[in-house]
Amino acid sequence: MATLKRRYFLRVMGGTAATAGGLAIGWSLLPPRQRLMPGTPLPVAPGQVALNGWVKVSADDTVTVVMTQAELGQGIHTSLAMLLADEMDAAWDRVKLEQSTLRKIYNNQAEIADGLPFPTGGPGRKLAQWMARKIIREIPGLMGTGGSSSVIDLWMPMREAGASARAALIAAAAENWKVPAAECTAESGRVLHSSGKSASFGELAGQAAKLGVPKNVKLKDPAQFRLIGKPTRRLDNALKIHGAPIYSLDVQLPGLVYAAMKMCPTLGGKVSRFEGMAAQLLPGVRKVVAVAPYGGGLASFGSGTGGVAVIADTPFHAMNALKKVTVEWDHGPAATLSSRDVMSALAGALDKNPGKVHYERGDVDSALQSVAKTITAEYSVPFLAHATMEPMNCTVQFKDGAATVWAPAQSPGFAVNAVAAILGIKADKVKLVIPLIGGGFGRRVFVDVVSQAAALAKETDGAPVQLLWSREEDMTHDYYRPAFMARSKAGFDAAGKLTAWQMTTAGSSMGAPSFVDASGKGNFDTGYGFPSIRVAHQNTDSLVPVGIWRSVSHSHNAFFTESFMDEAAHAAGQDPVAFRAALLADSPRHLRVLKRAAELSNWGQPSAPAPDGAKTARGIAIHPCFGSVIASVAEVSVGESGKIRVHRVVCVVDCGFPLNPNMIRQQLEGGMIFGLSAALQGKITVEKGQVQQTNFDSYEPLRMRDCPAIETDLIASTEHPGGIGETGTPTIAPAVANAVHALTGQRLRSLPLKLA
Amino acid sequence: MLTIKVNGTSVELKSEPDTPLLWVLRSELKLAGTKYGCGMSLCGACTVHLDGEAVRSCVLPVSAVGTREVTTIEGLEGLEAQTLRDAWTEVDVVQCGYCQSGQLMSASALLKKKPTPTDADIEQAMNGNICRCGTYPRIRAAIHMAAGMRSARVGPATISLTK
Repeated sequence: MATLKRRYFLRVMGGTAATAGGLAIGWSLLPPRQRLMPGTPLPVAPGQVALNGWVKVSADDTVTVVMTQAELGQGIHTSLAMLLADEMDAAWDRVKLEQSTLRKIYNNQAEIADGLPFPTGGPGRKLAQWMARKIIREIPGLMGTGGSSSVIDLWMPMREAGASARAALIAAAAENWKVPAAECTAESGRVLHSSGKSASFGELAGQAAKLGVPKNVKLKDPAQFRLIGKPTRRLDNALKIHGAPIYSLDVQLPGLVYAAMKMCPTLGGKVSRFEGMAAQLLPGVRKVVAVAPYGGGLASFGSGTGGVAVIADTPFHAMNALKKVTVEWDHGPAATLSSRDVMSALAGALDKNPGKVHYERGDVDSALQSVAKTITAEYSVPFLAHATMEPMNCTVQFKDGAATVWAPAQSPGFAVNAVAAILGIKADKVKLVIPLIGGGFGRRVFVDVVSQAAALAKETDGAPVQLLWSREEDMTHDYYRPAFMARSKAGFDAAGKLTAWQMTTAGSSMGAPSFVDASGKGNFDTGYGFPSIRVAHQNTDSLVPVGIWRSVSHSHNAFFTESFMDEAAHAAGQDPVAFRAALLADSPRHLRVLKRAAELSNWGQPSAPAPDGAKTARGIAIHPCFGSVIASVAEVSVGESGKIRVHRVVCVVDCGFPLNPNMIRQQLEGGMIFGLSAALQGKITVEKGQVQQTNFDSYEPLRMRDCPAIETDLIASTEHPGGIGETGTPTIAPAVANAVHALTGQRLRSLPLKLA
Repeated sequence: MLTIKVNGTSVELKSEPDTPLLWVLRSELKLAGTKYGCGMSLCGACTVHLDGEAVRSCVLPVSAVGTREVTTIEGLEGLEAQTLRDAWTEVDVVQCGYCQSGQLMSASALLKKKPTPTDADIEQAMNGNICRCGTYPRIRAAIHMAAGMRSARVGPATISLTK
């Protein structure tokens, strides 16, 4: 368990707390902060020049924007290109994208600083984050796509890069035309002068590059934006509607061989011995090999499970032959584990421990002693799998002491480090290609499949090998959203005013020490002005490997908080919207989102009956996360055999400046449907150490028939953007649960929601 | 040796007869637009057409194809396909895109049979295609829009995400 506790970010970043401390001491000696230029120049094709670390211009006027972030479906490539192209005044139809290499200027400061284990509340956190950002920018390989952080991190750097490129091109034109730069402007890929002269970016780029990189450039006023804030279609639409081979699973290489792999059905189990002769004799089979666990086997951002793999001429030959491999497993310590035991352990932890307090304001204990009424409740959520549509896969070629990797990777630095370690080469000998990714939801941060493919690449004499997990392996060897439990207590004075709020959670902190907010985000920072509040957490690890899952701790904490808030409203005899509004009086942003959601959903008016005439009712939930605030109202009915049906969802978000309203709405809809799958159907259970759900029949995501109509509304804002990729997920479960209570009187306190 | 007709061309296959059509398409014919998702006909990512009917290629042995013509996303053409792709773009349906080949194959088979489908028709035809990104409301809207385009081929219809 010690390793589980220590494995949080600092360790897997490739450094340790000790090296980070060393850097902290020395940071004033390091170069000043800038994210415009990499340490070494960008690679360029013939006829192409780099104007800074983020954009290249070709003689044919193509503008190539460097993409640091992985496109997992969230539309980030389109949104980031918009930032740069708008400030550059590039022609949108001449913009192309290119994956960046690993360079320090591309480190995701927002994701890492936000994910580090700092204490919650108090002034120390802000200082610690400020220091962390200074340190993060000096550590190679800390790029990453996660935590809904991409736009938060790159809103300024990519605009600055675009503006700097524009200034360089204008300077070049002004020099040519012998006119002041101030008389020139740029529009749609051309620099223009008041005299009528004009030149294309491609014509000017070579000269612009020689003039150096303008640094202190003026960014556009929002009124001047041509792309930013405008609903813009995705750049990857055409590829994806024609079935183009764009995923890492589609890579076609000369001599490519394919691998299928069997891992121990018991979580954390290992291969004792295997018999591969029967498989070896089948047509198309090249090799049957054991793959050793990497970095300790069980969960961690930098580890991989071992197993037995068949390498064959085609994926089907590999999968088919794998069935003939017999393996004797060492089932390990999880052999008797069941998820019921884990839930009992969570309850036991809450019985025995007060939990470590990670946020406190006011005096809850004395407030609770003087209240007229208290309510208490216990909530729980199960383990969940990611179940990305593109199953886990990775292709590696190891030849002449260097490796090329094709992987759906959210954390390129982790992936490169794993491959380098396994192949015994330096990280700079590993080239990582990240194709478009068939869904991530947090799963692609982990390098397990990458580590396995790297090990297999040692077995193929320089031929590239593609490892594909079957859906069954994918579902039974995930890093699951941890099961969690919460006990809450609220106290009211004689007038029905809420005066005390207390919540203690138990569950795996995903490796973070229990005083940090990795598992507490979303239960203390709610915006509610409780007169007194105490939030505690009892870290309770199990042998089930756990990880981050779309919306991280918000996925359970919003359910705990917003369901109990609804209970509090009912205990106080007040309308759930009015009750929340009173507590949000000092949080104007939250209040506006809440009121807008109530208005758009016709809160307070009767809801229309379901298509089959069944009665419906509404429930509401509001939640701040990833720098955004969201409120959702769900309309539900109950169908045959007690099936909970969601007909309509109204969702309002304030995510700061809405960079691409099209993508924001897509993400809200998608995030909500992802959350609804979990709220109504999602549950991973473990018996004898083995995950019981193996495919989409036993772990069935929402299908179209059960998908509600979703209306989204964005609050106009000019503030720095917040995250949006995960923001849609947290509120849907409590909104539906609260609606079920309004309709049936039943308060459902565990997910997935099932009526008694 | 088996011969099948794929996207209008007859091809002689090296694959064994029990190989699922999915893997023949992906590995032997290098048509990677058809996706592996579950291997059990549960998710629809592998959907192709056999004589215009939507079928799951992950559980169909290639020997069972016979003389029926296979159409994959790479060979999907014609009025339904064009209007669906136009509508998919207009509505901005795709997210990660991995399931979308299968979604378009199911949707085009539907429109061939029912040029102006109701919501119930759409749900019936599309319920076997799982999307983890949650593009269902947009798929529903895009199919209605494509049906409108097909019958009129005049400007974009109103986008509606309501059920």
